[in-house]
Amino acid sequence: MKIRQLSLFLENKPGRLTEPCRFLAANGINIRTLTLADTRQFGILRIVAPEPDRTAELLAAAGYLVKVTEVVALEVPDQPGGLAGVLEVFDHSGINIEYMYALAAGHKGKAVIVFRFDQPDLAIERLNAAGVNIVDSADVYQG
Amino acid sequence: MIAATGGCASPFHAASALDFIPPAEMRALQLARLQATVRRTHQRVAVFRERLAALGIAPEDIRSLDDLSQLPFTVKADLRETYPFGLFASPMEEIVRLHASSGTTGKPIVVAYTREDVDVWSNVMLRAFAGCGLGRGDVIQNAYGYGLFTGGLGAHYGAETLGATVIPTSGGNSARQIMVMKDFGVTAICCTPSYFLHLIERAAEMDVDLRELPLRTGVFGAEPWTVAMRRRIEALSGIRAYDIYGLSEIIGPGVACECPAQDGLHIFEDHFYPEVIDPNSGRVLADQEEGELVLTTLSKRAMPMIRYRTRDITALASGPCACGRTLRRMKRIGRRSDDMFIIRGVNVFPSQVETALLAVEGTLPHYVIVLSRRHGLDEMEVQVEVTPEAFSDKIGALEELTATLVHAIDRVVGLRVQVRLMEPHSLARSEGKARRVIDNRSLV
Repeated sequence: MKIRQLSLFLENKPGRLTEPCRFLAANGINIRTLTLADTRQFGILRIVAPEPDRTAELLAAAGYLVKVTEVVALEVPDQPGGLAGVLEVFDHSGINIEYMYALAAGHKGKAVIVFRFDQPDLAIERLNAAGVNIVDSADVYQG
Repeated sequence: MIAATGGCASPFHAASALDFIPPAEMRALQLARLQATVRRTHQRVAVFRERLAALGIAPEDIRSLDDLSQLPFTVKADLRETYPFGLFASPMEEIVRLHASSGTTGKPIVVAYTREDVDVWSNVMLRAFAGCGLGRGDVIQNAYGYGLFTGGLGAHYGAETLGATVIPTSGGNSARQIMVMKDFGVTAICCTPSYFLHLIERAAEMDVDLRELPLRTGVFGAEPWTVAMRRRIEALSGIRAYDIYGLSEIIGPGVACECPAQDGLHIFEDHFYPEVIDPNSGRVLADQEEGELVLTTLSKRAMPMIRYRTRDITALASGPCACGRTLRRMKRIGRRSDDMFIIRGVNVFPSQVETALLAVEGTLPHYVIVLSRRHGLDEMEVQVEVTPEAFSDKIGALEELTATLVHAIDRVVGLRVQVRLMEPHSLARSEGKARRVIDNRSLV
């Protein structure tokens, strides 16, 4: 249910983003989606890819600073108010959304948003109760 | 003798008489003062007495200035080991002032002054200012920091004793510095050369052209700067920029200063006896030979220093100077023989930064200090590698780590510096002595 996302620490300098992408390509790993959070001095590259734990090991062995974090992918109706409706589930819940980003390919023609919650298990409980469709991790990894 | 307005004060101030005496007279005066200093220090400072005893030397063995080379050196570690008052030669009732400067371990070095010492300090600073052509009628803006640092009060007392008008702006608040300079008819300024470069830029932003102001003299010190940087400052601001040298352990600013010839700094050698040594062998070098400057105070009472190793690299010159002064000269200080660096007038040792970094969880002990100069101000960036444990997928957590490190360094060093988190293994590893400091400050 939860997705294991990889985060890479990158120094903010020209060409730094190419290296991990090239490394994953060389190992035949298809990046499903990625997003870069950056500051003036450093960036955090967040990646969703198949076999996350093995990929993380490969990256770490290659000298990358990598961390695995659990995130949740939600189907969001691709229409006005679609995202707002999903977010309302967390109103007054005490659950904090640390960050979120879109899954590049979507899922079965629907929009998919990846959420990093501070309390993922509680969030899933709420989402299930509200009838929001949580995308299965296998579908996210393989497309 | 005395200028009605700033601009043509005589450099031959009465207090400067000793600047012009024949060298033989100076040597006689130095020997008498040296012998008295050695006797008194032997009598009052246990560390010094024990060291002479171990070497089998008695104060009476100092019969000539050359005999000074028999005496042991004093080093900065001696001040730390005897912290705070172990090298004092006067009782506290006679001490009227304490100053302190930073040391390698975070513990400062304490220096003391009797009434007579403060007078000597005022005298040498007066002679330094007079040598830069300043006198009564000049309005001196003193932008050296006031406080434990010796720069502010040292320059202040000297300028007042000279009879000039002193404006104690201390450091910082550049907009106000420019306003004061413009509105108060400032004719001379004292600060670090890099701070003055910054003021030049701020003035331009405020549409103030320094060349149109009465300002004509700058007395700059407390950090290394080159002749090329002097030229830049003089061209941009229309002033004459003079180099002044000093260190807290000896007295503070006023050990030596340039004259209008701008060809080396005249050492006020009636109070501070200079030697230049080979830093490795300790052998005394001849004039013009480059080595480490060693200073002996000849009149200091509260805290006499015998053969203090300054770690500053220079060479001495005895020949006549175009200005007429007979005081020996030392070359501008370009580098130091140890790893200490000076940034914004603050002494910093890499070991201080290391101590601060190691006190914070989340970083590897791999770091490098990069010094640069931006907009005329010295910048210090500490690059440090992050541990896998401290790495987070959240930006906020890493920014918090950065802020913690900045604070930790500030606490030890007394400066807010940039901290840049680095990937593990991204910093060069050394096979011998680590190169902790990369100094990219081009002194142009």
